[in-house]
Formats: sequence, C-alpha cells, structure tokens
Amino acid sequence: MRDVAVLSFAQTPMKRRESGRSEVDMVMSVVREAVAASGIPRREIGFTCSGSSDYIAGQAFAFVGAVDALGAWPPISESHVEMDAAWALYEAWIKIQTGVCDAALCFGFGRASMGTLPETLTLQLEPYTLAPLGIDAIGMAALQARAWLERSGRSERDLAEVAVRSRRDAKQNPFAQLRGDFEVEKLLAEPTLASPLRRHDCAPITDGAAAIVIAAGDVARRAGPRPVWIRGIDHRIEPHHPGVRDLAVSVSTALAAKKAGVDPARIDVAELHAPFTHQEWILREALALPPGVRINPSGGPLAANPMMAAGLVRIGEAAAQVRSGAARRALAHATQGHCLQQNLVCWLEGE
Amino acid sequence: MGERCAVVGVGQTKLDARRIDVSQVGLVREAALRALEDAGLGFEDIDAVVIGKAPDLFEGVMMPELFLAEALGGAGKPMLRVHTAGSVGGSTAIVAASLVEAGVHERVLTVAYEKQSESNAMWALSIKRPFQQAVVAGAGGFFAPLIRSYIRRSGAPEDTGIRVALKDRQNALKNPYAHLRIEGISFEQIAGSPMLWDPIRYLETCPSSDGACAMVIASEGAARRAPRPPAWVHATAMRTEPTFFAGRDQVNPQAGMDCARDLYRKAGISDARREIDCAEIYVPFSWFEPMWMENLFFAPKGEGWRMTYEGATALGGDLPVNMSGGVLSSNPIGASGMLRFAEAANQVRGLAGEHQVAGARRALGHAYGGGSQYFSMWIVGSEPR
Repeated sequence: MRDVAVLSFAQTPMKRRESGRSEVDMVMSVVREAVAASGIPRREIGFTCSGSSDYIAGQAFAFVGAVDALGAWPPISESHVEMDAAWALYEAWIKIQTGVCDAALCFGFGRASMGTLPETLTLQLEPYTLAPLGIDAIGMAALQARAWLERSGRSERDLAEVAVRSRRDAKQNPFAQLRGDFEVEKLLAEPTLASPLRRHDCAPITDGAAAIVIAAGDVARRAGPRPVWIRGIDHRIEPHHPGVRDLAVSVSTALAAKKAGVDPARIDVAELHAPFTHQEWILREALALPPGVRINPSGGPLAANPMMAAGLVRIGEAAAQVRSGAARRALAHATQGHCLQQNLVCWLEGE
Repeated sequence: MGERCAVVGVGQTKLDARRIDVSQVGLVREAALRALEDAGLGFEDIDAVVIGKAPDLFEGVMMPELFLAEALGGAGKPMLRVHTAGSVGGSTAIVAASLVEAGVHERVLTVAYEKQSESNAMWALSIKRPFQQAVVAGAGGFFAPLIRSYIRRSGAPEDTGIRVALKDRQNALKNPYAHLRIEGISFEQIAGSPMLWDPIRYLETCPSSDGACAMVIASEGAARRAPRPPAWVHATAMRTEPTFFAGRDQVNPQAGMDCARDLYRKAGISDARREIDCAEIYVPFSWFEPMWMENLFFAPKGEGWRMTYEGATALGGDLPVNMSGGVLSSNPIGASGMLRFAEAANQVRGLAGEHQVAGARRALGHAYGGGSQYFSMWIVGSEPR
C-alpha cells in the first residue's frame, strides 16, 4: 500500500439554512480553500471525487452542477458516489493506490434545508414493506436508542450528557451550528420527539460543504511539513431490515476498525459520526475506545450535520487534531443509512 | 495501473419495458447470480460489492443500495454506490476494477441497474429549480440540436441515422436479452416512424427499460483459476467537463476525446480503427454512432457517417459497433453503460453467442452521460496486456 496523507481540509460555516449561496457557490469556496491550503498546485491533482445525494438536493443529477465549481477545463478525471463524501475519499484513496495519480480532491455537500429531512430519509427505507409504514429517521433511531438503553442499563441522562458535552465543545469550533452551555436537568424536562429521543438527542438539520485534498508519499512530504497519514481505512455494511440485526450494537463499525488496523489503546481523539446521542455510545463500544479518548472535540454531528459531508468533516477534524499536535493519533468514523447501517473507519497519525 | 485484473463473470437480466415479475431486489439478484454462475463462484467468494445506477428519483428510493445490500451478499463487506449520470454503468465497473488494481481485493462483484417502471424518468428529469434551465423535452429534446449541428458540419446524408437504427435493431434480433426485438425490421419502417425530435424518429431512439447487469472482476491469480476465459482489463479512463462553459463543443466533446486519448495511451493503442476489433458504445439516439466514431478517433472529423454508410460498423464490417443491439435496443439507464462494458468483455471471451465477432481479441466499452460531459471507457482483451 502507498502511504497517503491528508494535506488540507476546508468547510463552510454550518447553518440551518444557507439562503445566500447555491451548492456551486458553497463547493467552490471549500474547493478553492482546500486546494490553496494543500501546498500542491491544482494541476497535480489527478483525480476528483465527490459525495452528494439527489434526494437531499431535490433534483436528479444534482452533482452535475457541482462540476461547475471545479474549473474542470481542460476536462478532469472525476467520479461521484451517492454516499457521504467520506466514501468519496475512500474511492480517491483507492485511485491513488492503483498508481494512476498521486493526489486527489474529495468533497461533499448537502442542503438539507431544501426539504423536510426526517421524512426525506423515510424514502431511504426498503420501498415495498418498510417505507410504506411511514416511519421517519427519528422514529427509526428511537427504536435503536430503546434497544441500546435496555441492553446497556443506561439512562436518558447518559444520552443528554453527550449532547451537553458536544455543544459545549462546539463553542471552540467557529464552523459549528449549535453551541453553548446546556443543563442536563433542563434538557430532560423537554418532551420526547420519539421516545426515548428528545430534540437534543438529534443532530440539527444543516446546510454545508467540505473538501479535503489527499496525496501519496513524496508528494505529501513535499507539500508541507506536517502531513497527516491515513494509516488504515475500511468500511462495511450491514443488513438493512431493522428486524434482522441487533440494533444495540454496530457489528460493521467493529469489523471496519479491525480491517483498518485500529488499536484503540493508541487512539487519543475520535471524531464519530453519530447523528443521535445513543449512537455515540454504540460506536464507542464497537470501537472499544478507552474512557480517556476524547470524543468529538469539534462538537461532532450534534453541533452540525451537513448531510453527505458530515462524515468527510469527521476525517478533516480528526486530521486537524493531529496536525495541531493535540493528538498523536486520531480516529475518524462516518456513517450512512438508518441506525448506523453502513460505517467507515479510518485512523490518522503524524510523521 | 496497479495490479492486473480481469472480468471472470458476466450476467444480465432479460431487459424489458416492465419487469413486474421481480422487485428491484429480484432484478439485481438475477444479474448477480448469473455473473457468479459464469465465474463459478458464490457470494461467499466476493470481497466487496460496487453498485451503480442513475438518479434515485428514477425508482423513487433514496440510496437503494442500502436495502439491496443483503440481496447482493453485501452484509459484512465493503459496498460502494457510484453515480456519474448516464456514464454510471461504465464508471461503476471502473471503480470495481480499481479496487482490484489497488491490491485491496481479490474478487469484486459489480452491479448496475435501473427499474424505470417503478417511477417516471421523464418526471424525474423535469424538476424545475430556481436559476436553472429546465429540461422540458426529455433527453431527446436536449440532444436533437446537437445532432442537427453534426449534420450541418459534416454534410452527412439525412438517412445515416436510419441506417444506424436498422443495423442495431437487426443486431438485437441476435441478442436474447434485448428489450426491443422487432422481427422483419426494415429501412422503410424506421423512415416512416413518427418524428419525435427532428431529426430523431421514434425508431431511432432508445426505449425505457428495466434491467440489470453484473460482472465479477478478479485479480490475475483469481482470473487464472476461473473456469471460463477471462477478459483482461487493458485500460480504463474517465473524463468530466463542466456544464456551463462557453468553450465547450457538445457535438464533439473535449472530455470524450481526452478520455479516448488517455485510454488508448494506457492500452498501447496507436491506431484505434486498426487495433480494436469491435466496440460497444453508448448510442441512445441513432446519430450518436457517427458522432462518437469521430470523437473516439475511429474516423476523421466529419467522416464518421461514412463508416455507418459503408457498413464498417455492421457485424461483418471492419469495426463492428453495438453487436448486441446497443442502447437503441435496451436502455435500463444506470445499467446501459455496464452492458456496453460487459458486452465488450464477452466478445473477447468468445462468449457473445449469436452476435459474436469472430476472433475478437480487443474490444472497447464506452459510456457517456449528462449533457455529453461524462465519459467512461475501457479496453478489454483476450490476453493480458
């Protein structure tokens, strides 16, 4: 395997509604910023891959417009996954491994404010027997939260504490959408949206975009003094039907971590893509993270959750932790689908 | 290019207007199981699954790969979902090949499908967004002016398109999977069919199809153990150009030419017409055959129509094109590109059946999408390069 490093990361300010800019504007700003910060000229970027969803944009071929943000002339070698952009980074990493290019640009974007997200995500369910039930994303997550609470013996207080910590940490993140000091008691006094989940247990609806430039060995070393190496990356999917898997655990996350060669004892910081509070607990268990590991110093998805980019943001935030010296090794995780159906794990390390 | 890889299994479904006998699950399994059977493998032998399809609005399911994972043996494995507009079937195969070329996996199952009968593609393509041009006349309305421009530039005879359609529809009669198989199809029948988007007549356009295509792509070691002849991947290439750029030429797109040049360079091809034995290319409207012949450097600029006219692209010609009947005969949009790649593979495997080109050793698979702005291509051969 070739050594591949994260060179740069850019994200938009995360907002409940981005009313002033189109997706093309948003993508253009993060792409420009990430390429400029990468330390390598744009012409050396041999591959571009993006992640987005037509259902988030409310239009077929929504990703086609994003190409206008890339300066794709002369034409570029480019691909797109209808997945969170963390998987676009995976495809780019694969491309570098084949040897056809040494550097790649990855980006993702989503404007969930264009529709009603929880109901849009109902259409992500199997269309013949599940989607017709009309259960939305929060309802599905609530089934999982209940299963986990019953298995773990923990309480809704443990869930609220995740939200309080996330939004307190987000005060240090200028890009975060939700930040501030909250009290567990007050949060627990709120009504449930879908028992046992309350509003604070759910990620906000976010408009945003993010971009990352990655590069192989020598190109990365030449680009700057502090490359952050991707030491392992893997992703796994589980069955879709909630009735055929144990919702209280994340088998696919555990498997992806194993295949990526994660040693939890050596991880300092983890950026986990847990759009619901209970999912952070499930992921910590699946990854066997010791209590000392700092979780989501950025505030995580509970502070901002740009659909199709939030997983890539986790990789960018984890890399930033290593680059700043705050962590020697960081883990990043991305998810998509209901109830953590599909998961990607990578871990990063400085020189 | 990384590790060598090869196609060791190919499967496709019966292509039809409405496959109401199967769900989306049944459709993708039909193709996947045939590809696995062809490869002499089971789901347990597969390391990863790469699935592709065109817009999710075509079936009305967001990210359907999530619910298809189990049916494709994906549980516990890596699964990727590719979407690059009409070129997606080709891009999906290229992503699958790159997983093997990267040395990450030994055997990858790749599947592409569309089940247009479960939604309405015309509706899905007609959503008007603020500040954007609406496609109000379907793909035909978009591409007809480009064809007009091609005719004006090249001086091609007006009946060139009819001749392409006749050839592809006759070829489809040799392909048991083809959607449109019109017995006794004639020049007069096509010429007399209604004009939909001048100069595109009804019988010069592709149908809306349900269908899936699957391939198993394997490492060199695994390919050498395959029960049937492998199709070695000699080269792959992809190119994209932007929508809004005044310097574009949508009749002879730069992205297509750059993609072909890159592909031929990687495959060691200096004279495409002479060194490639046959091609499956993405021709959703008849006139795109001569246009792509030029874009792919099989013919000099302005002379692609001569190849059609002189019969060079017919099954017995010097460069047979769309031996399977092509997109004109079957268009399950997301799968159409992979069908081109898979048909090219079966030609060099010698397994194309009645539409086999005798002695085909090197074949081109081609797909395009968007407003002639996404291209994916591969060259496969009967021997490793």
